[in-house]
Amino acid sequence: MNDLVQVVDWSRAQFALTAIYHWLFVPLTLGLGVIVAIMETLYYRSREEKWLKTTKFWMTLFGVNFAIGVATGIILEFEFGTNWSNYSWFVGDIFGAPLAIEGILAFFMESTFIAVMFFGWKKVSPKFNLAATWLTAIGATLSALWILVANAWMQYPTGCEFNPATMRNEMTSFWAVACSPMAMSKFFHTVLSAWTLGGVFVVGVCAWMLLRKRNVDHCWRSMKVGAWVGVIGIVLTSITGDTSAVTVAKYQPMKLAAMEGLYKGNHEQSIVAAGILNPAKTATNDEDPYLFDISIPYGLSFLATHDPHAFVPGIEDIIAGKSYDNEGKELNTVSYAERIERGKQIQELIVQYDVAHRTGNNVMEDSLHKAINDDFKYFGYAYLDTPEEAIPNVPLTFYTFHVMVTIGGYLVAFLLLALLFVYKPKLVNEKKCSKLWWWLCIITIPLTYLCSACGWIVAEVGRQPWTIQDLMPNKVAVSALSASSIQVTFWIFAVVFTALLIADISIICKQISKKSKEDLG
Amino acid sequence: MNDETEKLRGDTWLSKVWWFYVDGFRAMTVGRTLWAIIAIKVVLFFLIIKWIFFPDFLAGKADDDAGKADYVRHELIDNK
Repeated sequence: MNDLVQVVDWSRAQFALTAIYHWLFVPLTLGLGVIVAIMETLYYRSREEKWLKTTKFWMTLFGVNFAIGVATGIILEFEFGTNWSNYSWFVGDIFGAPLAIEGILAFFMESTFIAVMFFGWKKVSPKFNLAATWLTAIGATLSALWILVANAWMQYPTGCEFNPATMRNEMTSFWAVACSPMAMSKFFHTVLSAWTLGGVFVVGVCAWMLLRKRNVDHCWRSMKVGAWVGVIGIVLTSITGDTSAVTVAKYQPMKLAAMEGLYKGNHEQSIVAAGILNPAKTATNDEDPYLFDISIPYGLSFLATHDPHAFVPGIEDIIAGKSYDNEGKELNTVSYAERIERGKQIQELIVQYDVAHRTGNNVMEDSLHKAINDDFKYFGYAYLDTPEEAIPNVPLTFYTFHVMVTIGGYLVAFLLLALLFVYKPKLVNEKKCSKLWWWLCIITIPLTYLCSACGWIVAEVGRQPWTIQDLMPNKVAVSALSASSIQVTFWIFAVVFTALLIADISIICKQISKKSKEDLG
Repeated sequence: MNDETEKLRGDTWLSKVWWFYVDGFRAMTVGRTLWAIIAIKVVLFFLIIKWIFFPDFLAGKADDDAGKADYVRHELIDNK
C-alpha cells in the first residue's frame, strides 16, 4: 500500500512538473502569436517600414519561445503510456482522438506555416507571408483546443459508453466530447488568458526598453497593440471565468466547495474575498472553517448559479448527497456512501459480465452490459475507502484560487492603466512616476505567469482524487511500477526542463538587449 | 542571387520548396542556436528518454488487445 501511495504521488508530481514547465512556454506562444499577426497586418495595410521592424522584433521573441517550448508537451504523452497505463487503456480512443487531431492537423499546420512566417519575407508575397503568420497563430490555438478538449473530458466525461468486454470507454458522440460545456469554457478561458499574458509580456518588455530610453517610438507602438490585446484578453478571461465557475458548480461541485473552503453550504451563500483557512477543520468536525475571512454576501450563490438566492452545497453537503435544482433550490441526490456501494455493485456486474462473455451467454451479456452502463457514472467510487477520500486538497485549491482571482483583478486595472498611458503618455512621463510604472510593468510579467499557473492548479488539484471525474481515481489509474523508477525520471525532467527554461529566458533576454540597440524605426 | 544560380536551382515546385528552406536556414542567426536546441531535445526525448525510461507498459504485459483488456480488468477489478 505504501509503495502504491508513493507511485501515485511520484507519478502525479512528475506529471505536474512536466505540465507546469510546458505551460510556461505555451501561453506566450498563443498570446504573442496573435500580437505578431496583428502587427504584421498593420504593416501589410500601411506598408510602413517601422511596422515591419516592429513585427520582426516580436517575431524573433516568438520564435525563441516556440522553438524551446516545442515538444515539451510530448513528455506528457510518454507518461500516459508508462505511468498511467490503466488510465490510457480505460479512456480508449476518446482521449486519443483529440490528441491525434492535434498532432496531425494543428501541429503540422503550425510547423508548415511557421517556416513561411520566418523565411518568407523576400520569397513570398506580403499577403502570403501575412496569411502564414495568422495560420501559425491559428494553428497554435487549434493545438490548444484539442488538448483542452481531452483535458475537459477528464473533468466531465461525456459522449461515451463503457464496454466491459474491452474494459474501455468508447466514444458515442464526437461532438458531445468536443463541444461539452466544460471543453468550451476551458478553451476560451485558457486561450484568452494567454492573450492577456502576451499583452503583459509586450508591455513589460517595452517598459524595460523605455527605462533605458531605447527605441521609444517602437515601444509606444508595440505597447498600443500589446495593451489592446491584453485588455481584450483580461476582460474576456474574466467573463469566461464566470462561465467556468457556473460549469464547475454544475459538474464538479466538490471543486467549487474546495475553491471556497466551504464545508456547509446555504442559500444566499456568501463568497470569501480574502481569508485564512483553519488548519484544524475537516469534514468530520465542527471547527470553524476560517481563522479570518472577509466575505461578500450572496457572492457564491450568484457566482455559481447567477441567482443570489440559490443553494450552494459545501463539502459536507456534497458528501451527504445535497445539490441544487434548476431554480436553485436544495435537492437531495445520491450520497457518497451510496455511490461507493453502487460502484462496488458495478464491479460485481463486470465480473459477472466477464463470465457471461467467456461462456457465450449473449442474453446475460446484453442485460449486464446495460445494467453496468446505467450506473457507470459511480464506478470510480468503488475504489474509495471512505466518502472523505473524495475531498481534494482544500488549502491548496482555496489559496491558489484566491491568488488567481486577486492577480486577475489586478491585471484588469493594470492593463486598463497601460492602455490609458498609451493614449495619454504625458500622464506617465513625469520622472518619478514613470520609473515606478515601468518597473511595475516588468514585475507584472512573472505575476501573470503565476496567475496562469494558479489557474491550472485550481483546475487539476481541485478535481482530486480523480484522474477521470467520478470514474477513475489516481490510485487505480497508475501502472504497477516501482516508485524509484519514477523518481529517476522526475529528477531527469526537473534538470532538463530547468535547463530549457534558463535557455529560453537567457536567449529571450539577450535578443531583447541586442535588438533593442538596433534602429527599430 | 544571380541568374546562373537561379538556373542551377531549377524551377520545379519541389526544388523551389527545397531552396526556400535551405536559404532560410542559411540566413538564420539566432535560429541556428534554436535549431541546435530542438535537435538536442528531439534526440534526448525520443531516442533516450522514451526508449530507456518510457516503454509502452501494457505492451510488456500482453501481446494483443484482448490480453491487455484482461490485464486491465485484473488491475481494476481483482487487484485494487
